[in-house]
Order: sequence, then structure tokens, then C-alpha cells
Amino acid sequence: MNIAVLTKQVPDLVEGVEIDSTGKAVDPESIRYILSESDDHALEEALLLKERTQARVEVFSLETGEVRDSLCAALAKGADRVVIVATSADAPPSNHTAAKIFASVLQGLSFDLILTGVRAIDDLDGSLGGLLAGYLNLPYVGLVRKVEMADGTSMAVIQKEYPGGFAAELEVKLPAVLGVQAAEQPPRYVPVSRLRQVMKTASLEEKDAAPVEAEIVEVVRMFKPEEGAGAAILSGTPEEVARQMVDLFAERRLVR
Amino acid sequence: MGLVQVPPIPAAPGPLFPELARAEENFRKCIQCGVCSGSCPMGEAMDYAPRKAVKMLLEGRFNEVVESNTPWLCVSCHTCAVRCPSKLEISDGLFPALRAAVVAEGKALDQDLQKALQNTYLYGNPMGISPKKRADWAKTAGVPVPVISQLKRPVDVLWIVECNPSFEPRGMEISRLLARILNTLGVDFAILGSEERCLGDCEWLAGERGLFEMLIERNIEILNKYKFREIIMTDPHSYRTLRNIYPALGGRYNVQPVVAFLAERLDHLKPLLKKRLSATITYHDSCCLGRKTAHYEEPRMLLAAIPGIKLVEMIQNRESALCCGGGASTIYLDRFIQERVKDRLADRRIMQAVATGAETLAVACPFEPARFEDAVKITGQEGKLVVRDIIELLAESMELN
Repeated sequence: MNIAVLTKQVPDLVEGVEIDSTGKAVDPESIRYILSESDDHALEEALLLKERTQARVEVFSLETGEVRDSLCAALAKGADRVVIVATSADAPPSNHTAAKIFASVLQGLSFDLILTGVRAIDDLDGSLGGLLAGYLNLPYVGLVRKVEMADGTSMAVIQKEYPGGFAAELEVKLPAVLGVQAAEQPPRYVPVSRLRQVMKTASLEEKDAAPVEAEIVEVVRMFKPEEGAGAAILSGTPEEVARQMVDLFAERRLVR
Repeated sequence: MGLVQVPPIPAAPGPLFPELARAEENFRKCIQCGVCSGSCPMGEAMDYAPRKAVKMLLEGRFNEVVESNTPWLCVSCHTCAVRCPSKLEISDGLFPALRAAVVAEGKALDQDLQKALQNTYLYGNPMGISPKKRADWAKTAGVPVPVISQLKRPVDVLWIVECNPSFEPRGMEISRLLARILNTLGVDFAILGSEERCLGDCEWLAGERGLFEMLIERNIEILNKYKFREIIMTDPHSYRTLRNIYPALGGRYNVQPVVAFLAERLDHLKPLLKKRLSATITYHDSCCLGRKTAHYEEPRMLLAAIPGIKLVEMIQNRESALCCGGGASTIYLDRFIQERVKDRLADRRIMQAVATGAETLAVACPFEPARFEDAVKITGQEGKLVVRDIIELLAESMELN
């Protein structure tokens, strides 16, 4: 069985994100990129499937930011092959574009399962998995939390989440694209010595993607939350904020 | 009768074999007296207490030991090591090697520990806070806290603040007080600011050797950029590591803990300790200032210099002091440990402190205010005992708070 895992890098919110001078995009200087969290779960689910079925796991990542670290981590965790998908654009592509890029890269390759994170923090235009499945004319299941092989490599049993605490078990004909919400276990730890070893020795494959068409979504303005009518933003130390809240509640007779 | 035949060194799996083989060679000196197990505050909860674990390793039962709970219950209090008649490195040698074997094999780690290690890899601190925010505490210190890269000149004292005192609210407050004390004493000091990273004590003892090596390489590179006469440190764990472990890896510095630095300046400090505190205080010897580096007297000298303070001792003090239970990364394994012990070590220590009749427990390790305050609540001693860092007590007496 062959599994493709599609990943991308997103801004690390721990390091903070600033808006650039155009007011339409995040300032690339302010960003450090890390692997998108649900892509990390997609990789973990693929590695669990590999352990259970001896599947081959290949990871394809868009070339955004420092992609080398996360691809080396994927190799250190047990991926069989990693590929950087070079894009000509400066900024990370929208999901429509990314889906077209991945579709062109995967065209002609034979994968039974294509796993990707169900969402990323910088998604603008829907879920990558659904769009890709459309372009490849394959079934898609999103919000996946468990994948089991039912019958050789022709069918998988998928658990997916529904709102309100519900889940469903679905049989899906393969090949299929799955958007992973969470792997069955938290993404595994990579010992740093193994990671550094891989970083020293691994040569990462690169594939050029087809030229990117004009984006269909245009960002008009990007901004941090603003104070709207009827809202007050409290600032100060936790103690000061708590005191202001108590005063506000008392003033508005919300507490006795 | 011939000599007892020593069995061949068993082959351990994984890349750690050479290191473990060295440890085992050394452990052939073990006379199986059992002082380690008898002294170990966690021995009762371990599947195999240290003596038994050593015996099993020498018998080649490596996997049984590695897969038991034993590697993860050592709090690195070092009591076994100081009492061992064969001078074996149990808490600094055997246990980190066992954990390193687990980590190197890629076995599943406790989730809290894994998060702390990942954060340290990404951000240089286990909390997962941006290194850019490392000196945020200094903004409200009320006195200048220069960052060495901005000073562009040699300084007398480089203060390595470390993670808890940089990021944890109580630790940040203690850092501000220490900055004021240093300022009042006229010390020419600076900090590393956003260039500072974890020194790696917890990571080393947790068995994450690769991460420890990465941190050492980076820290030595940063420290070697600057000129300073000496380093002072707020965190005894990092102090111990910088003093005892870094030199062999190329990082040789003149370093001392803040309490020793201040005790050296006691003549200068004494006249500034004006306010009477009128309190009975008992002092907790942290393992890293105590058994691991033998700074038993300086903290007591500082406390004794504060007017109005009556110092009383707990039943276990100095070399026999009971650990707070947070060393060697076990600060991240609290949940794991709590499920396996009847009373946490911090809770037992609080009951020892209460038994002295003291109303204040003085500490000199940044792990401890939070750990012990938690334990005060858990043991129902709220209102009877408060936990205060020596820096907080000194600053109060100097009227700097």
C-alpha cells in the first residue's frame, strides 16, 4: 500500500505575526514557519498505518519557509521518502492553487491513500483535501480521526467526527483523499540526535510544480482584532484586569 | 576458591550502547549494599529500586529495567550518589543513561514531558514561549537591567536568569527583586536577554542527549561572544550543569549561584537589611545547591543576616534534605508520578517544615515557590506556612519590594 501525506508550513503563532506595510499580508520578516498541526497528525496516522500494514509513506511538502526541518523530522519518524514541492510564488499559495499544484505532482503516481491535515490556520478558501479530491476525481472524507484497512488495499474504514460529540464510521473505496483532524495518538517524538543525524545526511528531493495561475481569492485587508462598538479592551497586569472587571460588573449591577 | 566470575557486559540495543557499556563497566564496582535503595525517596514506588536495577543490568536484563517505571521515577535528588560507598554515579549516570535508551529508541514518552522537550527544541524553554519575550520581566523591574549585546562592553557579572525566573509569574517577580538588589549593591551586571536559552539540565537528565548537546553548542557559542568576569545564576539546576558538565564540553566559566554571590557581599549587604521581619523560618536545601554543589551555608548566612529572623531546621536538612520531587525533568512528570506514589515528595517536605513550627519556608530554587505552595494547599496547611524565596526575604528587609 502507498500513502501520500501532503503537508505545508504555517506561521508559528508563538513567535508572533505582524502585518506588512501593504496591510494585506503577514510580514514575512516577522514569521517563523512550522509544520501545520493537523498535517502533523496526518503524518502520524500514516505512520501508524505503516506500522500496521507495512505501507510505504511518502511526504510532499509545499516549499514555504524552512521546510527542510519538518521534512527531516518526517524522515526521522519513519517516512520512506520526502519531496519538496517547489512553487514559483513568493507567498504561500491559496488552497485552490495548492490543490492544483499537488494534483499535478500526484498525477500518474499510484497512491491508495492521500492524507492531509483537515485544516490549517492560514486557510483562506476551503479545505485543501476536498479541493484536491475534486481535481483528482477521488472520494474525500474530512475530520478523520482513525483509518483502518478493511480489505486488502481496496477499502478503508474511516472514523470521522461530527459536531455535538458524534462520530461516524464510513467505508471508503480507495484511492481516496482524507482530511485528518487528529491521529489516533499524539504525533510521536523525534529524538534530537536522530533528527540532527538525518539533517546531516538526508538529501531532499525537489519537484517543480506546474506554473501557478492567478489566485482567485484576493485579500483586501488584513488586521488584528479591533475594538468595536460596545466593546472595551482591558489592559494591565492580571490583577489590574481582574480589578477592572470587578468594578465593571459592580457598576453595571451584574453582580451583587 | 577462585574469584567470582563477572558475567560479560550485556549488549544493549540502540546507539547508546557505548555509553551504557561504560556505565556498566563502572557499575561492576557495586557491592550491592543497598544504601542507594534504602536512601531513595522514590524507591518504594519504583518497580526496581536502584540496587536491584543495577543487579538486573549486570545480569543483562536491560529491557526489563528500561521498560519498567524505574527510569522515570528518579527525581535526581542525588542522595544515593553521595551515600554510595563505591562512589557510583547513580542519579547522574545510570538514570540519564536508562532514559536516554528510552528516548533514543523512539519509545512513546509521557505527553507533558514530550511537550516540554519539543518546546525546548523550538523555543529554548520548556514553556513554549517565544525567546523574544525572555527579558519581558525586566521591563517592570524599576531599575536598569542591561542586555549584554546592547552594552557593547565587558561587564563584571553576567546573570543567566534561566527559564522559570524569566517566564513564570512568581519567578519573574523574584527576578525583578534580584535586579533591584544587584542595582542597590552597585553590581555591574547584564543579562543575555533574547539570546538566552535553556542550559539543558532537565533535558540531559531526561535522557534527551541530542537536545542537550544542541543547547550546549548554542549556549557556548553565545557565551563566548561576550566578555565578563563571572556568571551568576538564579537556577541551581542550570548552575550545577554549567559548573560541572559544560567544562568537559568546552564551556569553562567562572560561575556561582546568586546566593553564594550575595553571601560574599554580606558585609556590604548587612547594613542595608534594615526592616525587621520577625519570623521563624526553616530553609529547604535544594538538591542542586545542596548535595550536588555543597552550598549549604551561604543561604543560611543570608537568612541569619536578616533582622528578626529565627532560623530553625527541618528533621532532614543539608546532606539529608528531602527533595521537592521536581528534578531531572520530573517537574513535567507530576501526573505520572502522582499516580504512583502515596504522598508526593513536596507534600512530605511541607509536613516536615510545618513540624518545625516555622511559619515561613525559605527556598533558593525557582522550581520551589510554585511546587511548595501547591503542596501547602494539597496538605491543607494554608494559612500556617508561606513559601518565600530568599531573594524575596532579602528584598523585603532592604525595603525594595
